[in-house]
Amino acid sequence: MNKKIQIPFDKEELKELRAGDYVYLSGTVYSARDAAHKRMYEAVLAADSEEAKRAALPFDIRNQAIYYLGPTPAPEGHVIGSAGPTTASRMDKYTPMLLDMGLTGMIGKGKRSPEVREAVVRNGCVYFAATGGAGALLSKCIVASEVIAYDDLGTEAIRKMEVRDFPAVVVIDSLGNNLYETAVEDYLASRK
Amino acid sequence: MRNIHTDVITEAVKKMCIEANLALAPDMEACIRHAAEVEDGALGKKILDSLIENMEIAKEESIPICQDTGMAVFFVEVGQDLHIEGAGLTEAINEGVRHGYRDGYLRKSVVADPLLRTNTGDNTPAIIHYDIVPGDALTITIAPKGFGSENMSKVYMLKPADGEEGIRASVLDAVKNAGPNACPPLFVGVGLGGDFELAAKLAKKALTRDADSRHPDAHIAKLEDEILDLINQTGIGPGGLGGKTTALSVKIETYPTHIAGMPLAVNMCCHVNRHRSVTL
Ligand code: SF4
Repeated sequence: MNKKIQIPFDKEELKELRAGDYVYLSGTVYSARDAAHKRMYEAVLAADSEEAKRAALPFDIRNQAIYYLGPTPAPEGHVIGSAGPTTASRMDKYTPMLLDMGLTGMIGKGKRSPEVREAVVRNGCVYFAATGGAGALLSKCIVASEVIAYDDLGTEAIRKMEVRDFPAVVVIDSLGNNLYETAVEDYLASRK
Repeated sequence: MRNIHTDVITEAVKKMCIEANLALAPDMEACIRHAAEVEDGALGKKILDSLIENMEIAKEESIPICQDTGMAVFFVEVGQDLHIEGAGLTEAINEGVRHGYRDGYLRKSVVADPLLRTNTGDNTPAIIHYDIVPGDALTITIAPKGFGSENMSKVYMLKPADGEEGIRASVLDAVKNAGPNACPPLFVGVGLGGDFELAAKLAKKALTRDADSRHPDAHIAKLEDEILDLINQTGIGPGGLGGKTTALSVKIETYPTHIAGMPLAVNMCCHVNRHRSVTL
């Protein structure tokens, strides 16, 4: 099924999504990968109140999506360079905390840990995969991009981006269904 | 004795860095197009079609095929009768990388210290493997390597009694472990023999072989085919979303080894298997 989804997310709408749904995302997404996650995580751990924890993050993550991305530099006349997903599992250590604080969507590629899947279910979130290695194609769906934090990290800085009809597939839905497990089984069964 | 100036080398390296990242070599492109034609997994087919569209956009707009433009890995064959003048050869190659990654708008993905992790800002240093060969030519092969797939690579210290069966099982184990993380369809480089570190180097070198090449030794060529078949029966498919194309190719490079061992390295590469060679 092909669906259009707006970000910031409407959690009620996300509940309807199922692993295997093909979606087109539009709205705001924030890029963050290894180094930015580590920094956010440490900043939150160092803060002592709910309020301070929230303030320690460079943007309000509630109902938002993080795109695990470190783009190539934008050539003249381009919004961004090549911009495909990086492997999500490297962010697994930091993710449950962010989901518990209100982060709602993640876009990446590859497997997630059982802890991330539990946090996805606990908070009614979704993990989407974009096509790994399709950075040129995906860059066409990013219509604006601006570094908003951690500029010193270069490609790993946090960017606020506007995406339009960004293609992705639901890998882990809010019930905890995991497409990486079911898709391969389904394919093998279809060949029998 | 033939002379070559390092300025010529730097310029050639710069060009290769850019070219390798903007377009796949024709053998890789053909391989992906063929896979898209025969794929029967619904989501898998969708992924392959988008990879073709991606290659076309990359070429037309001069955008890197993938945002992970890799660590710059080189295999350099230096003719022993060649005289190199100017800067140091390693520095000349690094200078080429510096210029290529800057002028080609490629990503700088290298940190200076594995723990302190400050980006070097110019994608250097490169990883350079030198070989001294007869003659007076200089052959440089670049293989920019992304780390989504590199992270899923493995070394297995197999024993002689493990035989072909052990090799098949180990490569399959590495592929299953990689699953969707290494951006399938994969290009699987295998190093067999030598010792611990040579096996890994051979595995990387195997990735620079043409997709349609076959190993000159019949028993190794047969093993390449068998392992590819086994991998493609896993159903992992493009993007890990189900399909018959989990790998595009398996290449094995071998070297003599010790009576007690049979080292095996699996260097995982994605469909963005980039390589370019030039002889100066
Ligand atoms: S594994 Fe390959 S295709 Fe995937 S992000 Fe890395 S370089 Fe790109």
